[in-house]
Amino acid sequence: MNNFDYSRASDVADAIRLLTADPGAKLIAGGTNLIDLMKENVERPSRLIDISRLPLRAIEETAGGGLRIGALVPNSDLAYHPFIEQRYPLLASAILAGASAQLRNMASVGGNLMQRTRCAYFYDTTTPCSKRSPGTGCSAMDGLNRNHAILGTSQFCIATNPSDMSVALAALGALVHIAGPSGQRSIALTDFHRLPGDKPHLDTNLGSGEIITAIELPPQTFVRNYSYLKIRDRLSYAFALVSVAAALELEGNAISEARLALGGVAHKPWRSLEAEAALRGKAATPDHFGHAADLLLQGATAGSHNGFKIELARRAIVRTLMQAASATPQSQAHKKIA
Amino acid sequence: MNAYVGTATSRVDGRAKVTGAAKYAGEFSANGLVHGFVVEASIPRGRIVRIDTDEALKVAGVLDVLTHANRPPLADKDDAWKDEVAPEGSPFRPLYDDRIKFNGQPIALVLAEEWETAKFAATLVRIDYEQDEFVTDLEAERGSANEMDKPHKPRGDAKAALAATGLRHEADYLLPTEHHNPMELFATTTVWDDGRLTVYDKTQGVQNVQKYLCSVFGKKPDEIRVLSPYVGGAFGSGLRPQYQVVLATMASLALKRSVRVVLTRQQMYGLGYRPMTIERVALGAGPDGTLDAITHEAIAMTSRYEDFSRNDTGWAEQLYKSPNTYFSHKLVDLDVATPCDMRAPGAATGVCALECAMDELAVALKLDPLELRLKCYSDRDQSEDLPYTSKQLRECYARGAEAFGWSRRDPTPRSMRDGKELVGWGMATGVWEALQMPVAVRIVLTANGHAEVSCAASDIGTGTYTIVAQVAADALGLPIENISVRLADSTLPQAPVEGGSWMAASSAHAVLAAAEDIRQELARLAKAMPDSPLADIDTHNVTLANGMIASNGKNAAAVSIADVMRHSNLERIEKEKLNEFAEDKSHARNTHSAVFAEVTVDEELGVIRVTRVVSAVAAGRILNTKTGRSQIMGSVVWGIGMALHEETQMDHRFGRIMNANIAEYHIPVNADIHDINVIFVDEPDERINKLGIKGLGEIGIVGVPAAIANAVYHATGKRIRRFPITLDKLLE
Ligand SMILES: Cc1cc2nc3c(=O)[nH]c(=O)nc-3n(C[C@H](O)[C@H](O)[C@H](O)COP(=O)(O)OP(=O)(O)OC[C@H]3O[C@@H](n4cnc5c(N)ncnc54)[C@H](O)[C@@H]3O)c2cc1C
Ligand code: SF4
Repeated sequence: MNNFDYSRASDVADAIRLLTADPGAKLIAGGTNLIDLMKENVERPSRLIDISRLPLRAIEETAGGGLRIGALVPNSDLAYHPFIEQRYPLLASAILAGASAQLRNMASVGGNLMQRTRCAYFYDTTTPCSKRSPGTGCSAMDGLNRNHAILGTSQFCIATNPSDMSVALAALGALVHIAGPSGQRSIALTDFHRLPGDKPHLDTNLGSGEIITAIELPPQTFVRNYSYLKIRDRLSYAFALVSVAAALELEGNAISEARLALGGVAHKPWRSLEAEAALRGKAATPDHFGHAADLLLQGATAGSHNGFKIELARRAIVRTLMQAASATPQSQAHKKIA
Repeated sequence: MNAYVGTATSRVDGRAKVTGAAKYAGEFSANGLVHGFVVEASIPRGRIVRIDTDEALKVAGVLDVLTHANRPPLADKDDAWKDEVAPEGSPFRPLYDDRIKFNGQPIALVLAEEWETAKFAATLVRIDYEQDEFVTDLEAERGSANEMDKPHKPRGDAKAALAATGLRHEADYLLPTEHHNPMELFATTTVWDDGRLTVYDKTQGVQNVQKYLCSVFGKKPDEIRVLSPYVGGAFGSGLRPQYQVVLATMASLALKRSVRVVLTRQQMYGLGYRPMTIERVALGAGPDGTLDAITHEAIAMTSRYEDFSRNDTGWAEQLYKSPNTYFSHKLVDLDVATPCDMRAPGAATGVCALECAMDELAVALKLDPLELRLKCYSDRDQSEDLPYTSKQLRECYARGAEAFGWSRRDPTPRSMRDGKELVGWGMATGVWEALQMPVAVRIVLTANGHAEVSCAASDIGTGTYTIVAQVAADALGLPIENISVRLADSTLPQAPVEGGSWMAASSAHAVLAAAEDIRQELARLAKAMPDSPLADIDTHNVTLANGMIASNGKNAAAVSIADVMRHSNLERIEKEKLNEFAEDKSHARNTHSAVFAEVTVDEELGVIRVTRVVSAVAAGRILNTKTGRSQIMGSVVWGIGMALHEETQMDHRFGRIMNANIAEYHIPVNADIHDINVIFVDEPDERINKLGIKGLGEIGIVGVPAAIANAVYHATGKRIRRFPITLDKLLE
């Protein structure tokens, strides 16, 4: 770990000012990801700007009928908040599929969106990694890549985004509210994370000096027909090999609205409007679900050890959609897959 | 009288542990404590050309940076570095010279007033290497394996018998490298007192460490004392002195101050481990299910500087009758650290392969896997053709099968299901050794009816404190609250490292022996008391119970121990005794188990859950059914990990472990564990030792991974021979 300065931001404007003044500075919220990376010398911030006491902990209803969630709401509080449990159970479920109870108590919404990849080479400063040290190359490409991306990869990086929460947020069509030196803006969650392209060191489209202040959920809640299914190497406390967030509106057995997003397969939560469109107006059947899965997985490519993910993802998508359609969402407490 | 032995006595150190009163090696402190942080090599083989410590030394609070270039003197002969359990070869010497032998090797120790300062300064140490060619891939190098001495002579002509046999099964099973990952980090705190050192170390053997340090640093025995009062798990990783104890001692000598060195979790992947092993098993059988031949050949990895090998093969000699057998154990030298013992070394892996192979043979023979084991059951250890002191394995099979409901198993793979899940039932046998070693114990009985029992043995979490207290309480006829136990101090009576499941039997009998001396002394004193009601007793025929000494005869007279001591003007009676077991080569000594496992496998997604495990264990007399049960449960959990989760992943291009942390090195979590049923089968054994004790530390893991793998086969029809069984292997 390097030596760093520490400041506690007094308000959002102060945080932005501090960030702008010191390009090597980093915000710290729960610290569950940043501190780990600092211990490994992967992140070496010149300054930590502690935002954990900023008043960004509210969960409020918006005028439009949605919800606005402050960037510092702890993951646990969010998952167990009555508004989330009752109106956005898909989000609650995805959060509870992640990490451990202790980590979720510390982790913030903003930090969760910003958490970095778990690629082993990214974590090990003795190996080449273009995400960590631009231009050094990608060790995972011909190395241990069993849990790497199958979609949206580039020749420079095949890392995945490890967040579970983001997958549900992508499916729900969440917005990310940002404040920065040039004022406030908001972007769709699906545009927030980037594909690696030739700049794998950039995970997101957050600009320099910018801070996430909140996320916003639109009114459409999918309370009945939803499911979050996470497939991993042990039954809890492991990152997803593949995860699926599915949400449906059904009229009888006909799908009037469908949302589908994948985690653990790409540098960002993977959503395809085409796949969702293909479901609209169709009956909720395994065949139609399989077709949507094929569309969602279009262009998937296998690395040397992660080929299994393509078929696994396909099966998981169909299964999750079946769970959603039959209103038997995957329990995060009982690990038997519904 | 047995008020405690054989009961479910709670841990005598339980309260200290859960309240934090129990101190571990890295928790001791001293005035002016210096903190050390280790810098490790990032290449697997080569030479240090230059270490630049200038920047690190400039950091305020940094006291020194020790490297091979400026370290205090160290012994230069290999023999001086050989500890009690060192394998053949030239032991690793931290900071000895400029050679790099494995990735993660310690190459510098930054010493500072604060731990954080040392850790920061460690990032400023610059190292230039000259890298040599290296190899770390066992599978790629299997052709260059060297044969080790054969532990078991071949019997008959296995090759010929296999060629001629009716049915033959032959396959490779691959067990990956695994790390122990004890909860407690490896740590040493040295307390400097004017040239004398008190060393608190995480170790399974304080006297082993003490002798080693004296030899490495050329110190007299009374200059170094080693203690390890509590150990937060070790599982074999603390059998040999680990490098942090050398570094802390070295730093203490260099600075003449007290020093603490705690390794990080990541650094602990640079210590020993269970070596990756390729196990080739061939079985030949007649149509009736009797074996014609067994061959088992293992190829394991070791370092270039030491030949670590364990008995992976040969367990079939204990378990299955066969006229023809052949075993071999080969090693491949790689540019890695030396492996070390890990819970049931050799058996956990070797029996896993054997028991998977037996399952495959049963399938080929269309025999129930349990029936095949019973048909091949051996009442003798065939390698030396010896009977057992006791072997209740048949009873384990029967009791385990009954509890599990094995008779309701449909033998056809994929025939049992529960909704979307396939259900599989598998079983396997476990076998381990029942060893015993010389141990000495001192008992001090005081007139207030209290006894202190002391011994250098460690309690690595297994419950040694508790069983020593139980045996002493029974032997001295005192309530267990009146017994205090001191362990793991090198100045206490002699004990070997705590390992090999030998400590329960060994320490218990040492307690008995010392207590016997106390009893005889009391008897002599009682007899000599004026007007003694015990004047006529045979001093060998008295009992101590309820604070009294009584003759064993009819209408026995009794006198209180306190009275005896008062009349004799004695405040204390102290007896120290070394107990050695008479050598007896006429019988084989083993523990056994039968493990039954149920798995469910999601048919589409391959997700595996181990829903039930029944482990029926025959291990002589169980001293403490509570700590004993917990040993077996823990072993089953670990066996589930071996089957499904654990694997140290190395990138052979860098010769580097890539999942050196417990987020990515998977062990089972609570969600992975369901119903575990432990059954202790009665196994009276009057031959093995007085109390009939065999030890429980390791038998519980043996057989578990195979039972699960066999259950996965039964569920899915897929035979996975490459462990761990991750879901991708089922989707292929
Ligand atoms: C062992 C382990 C297992 C885990 N398993 C899972 C899992 O299964 N699924 C899962 O989804 N996650 C998992 N996590 C990750 C966990 O969810 C994240 O660490 C957590 O969400 C990060 O939140 P934080 O508040 O602690 O972020 P911090 O560590 O404080 O910050 C992380 C990053 O976000 C930035 N940041 C924080 N807040 C803001 C803001 N408001 N605006 C802009 N930038 C900001 C920081 O500068 C930093 O770069 C795991 C973590 C660990 C350690
Ligand atoms: S996949 Fe990305 S993060 Fe991993 S080594 Fe390659 S560039 Fe680095």
